[in-house]
Amino acid sequence: MKIAMTVNGKSVSRDVTDNTLLVEYIRDHLRLTGTHVGCDTSQCGACVVHVDGQAMKSCTMLAASAEGAAITTVEGLAKSKDDLHPMQVAFKENHGLQCGFCTPGMIMTATDMVTRYQSQGKELTEDAIRHELEGNICRCTGYHNIVKSIADGASKMTTV
Amino acid sequence: MYETNFHKASTAQDAAALLAKSDDGKILAGGQTLIPTMKQRLAAPSDLIDLSQVSALRGITITKRKKMGIMKAEGGETITIGAMTTHSEVAGDAELVKVCPVICQLAGNIGDPAVRHRGTIGGSVANNDPAADYPAALLALGATIHTNAREIAAADYFKGMFATALTDDEIITAVSFQAPAVAGYGKFPNPASRYAMAGVFVAKSVEGDVRVAVTGAGDNGVYRHAGLEAALSADWSAASVEAVEVSADGLMSDLHGNAAYRANLIKVMTKRALA
Repeated sequence: MKIAMTVNGKSVSRDVTDNTLLVEYIRDHLRLTGTHVGCDTSQCGACVVHVDGQAMKSCTMLAASAEGAAITTVEGLAKSKDDLHPMQVAFKENHGLQCGFCTPGMIMTATDMVTRYQSQGKELTEDAIRHELEGNICRCTGYHNIVKSIADGASKMTTV
Repeated sequence: MYETNFHKASTAQDAAALLAKSDDGKILAGGQTLIPTMKQRLAAPSDLIDLSQVSALRGITITKRKKMGIMKAEGGETITIGAMTTHSEVAGDAELVKVCPVICQLAGNIGDPAVRHRGTIGGSVANNDPAADYPAALLALGATIHTNAREIAAADYFKGMFATALTDDEIITAVSFQAPAVAGYGKFPNPASRYAMAGVFVAKSVEGDVRVAVTGAGDNGVYRHAGLEAALSADWSAASVEAVEVSADGLMSDLHGNAAYRANLIKVMTKRALA
């Protein structure tokens, strides 16, 4: 079946089988390999992308269900190679990654949580960041710097 | 994942027709359980009927109780939640939190943020996972499950582990319940899966009926606890829970905890629900 959607601002369309996962559509068909597959059991969050502005696990949804949706992957955050998103800068400056495998999911989850907290006028405390990261696993166990990165990135993001 | 035929339904009736026509079809709500199950090849539906575009199944309505004399208690509003309403929508609803904050709190602690953005109340109730949160809430609140064919009382709906009163071609359209006078939910989440190791929902209706429903602990899914109900009917307090004997009979034992441990958790979670 032909599936069309908008990915990182561009209209795309691919012919895929009905059982194609959104993450397979993104990685294998669009060749956007920034989105990772870590666990394949919906637990690790390395595959998190934004679907119509909300963080979702692209390994736990079918491409067909995303027909017509606006998707943002980690490749869609930076304006250019030299003009990174504030959250990406924060991860770099705070050493928010070790091997980097979980980072795309961490960053997509981070930008989602900051946007939500800012739009609701809620304070994103360290405790809140740790709770919000419940669905993202880092096997280098670098959580302290990830939390620091998100707090730093949040202070530089103005979404409202 | 095995091959399947994908269909997008435009209405609940359309979905029911597609389901009836299919060989061994399944309804796809948020897919946060069904898709992982299919990926593990534990389920292989011939057809998937996606409800994500059925906007009529989405949203929360609150109907105020008619004032009859002096209102003796808080609560009593009729709350209807569409089957395709996501956990994050329930958790963040500004009107719902005013009349039934416990249901918002419960929804906000299901899974993780990404799961809450996609997972739905209808999907959770249809799946009836023995450790899911919503079944305990609906049983304790004396909720009604609305389908495309009929209305089912929660007491008649949950039929044990992953089993419900739904017939093969039936689709949940909404759930409704009366806002309780007072209610609480205590959950001890499994740290890896975030499902309840034991979750206890306590509710006192406007009429004064007390119901206590336990999820995650019973070896045949969600159930009501008569002993806790009797104690809380007499005295709605954490202190009254102390004297209640919570038996380990009929409770689940697995690598996360044995039946005796879960029996103790039930008591502790009941107290937390009342705190």
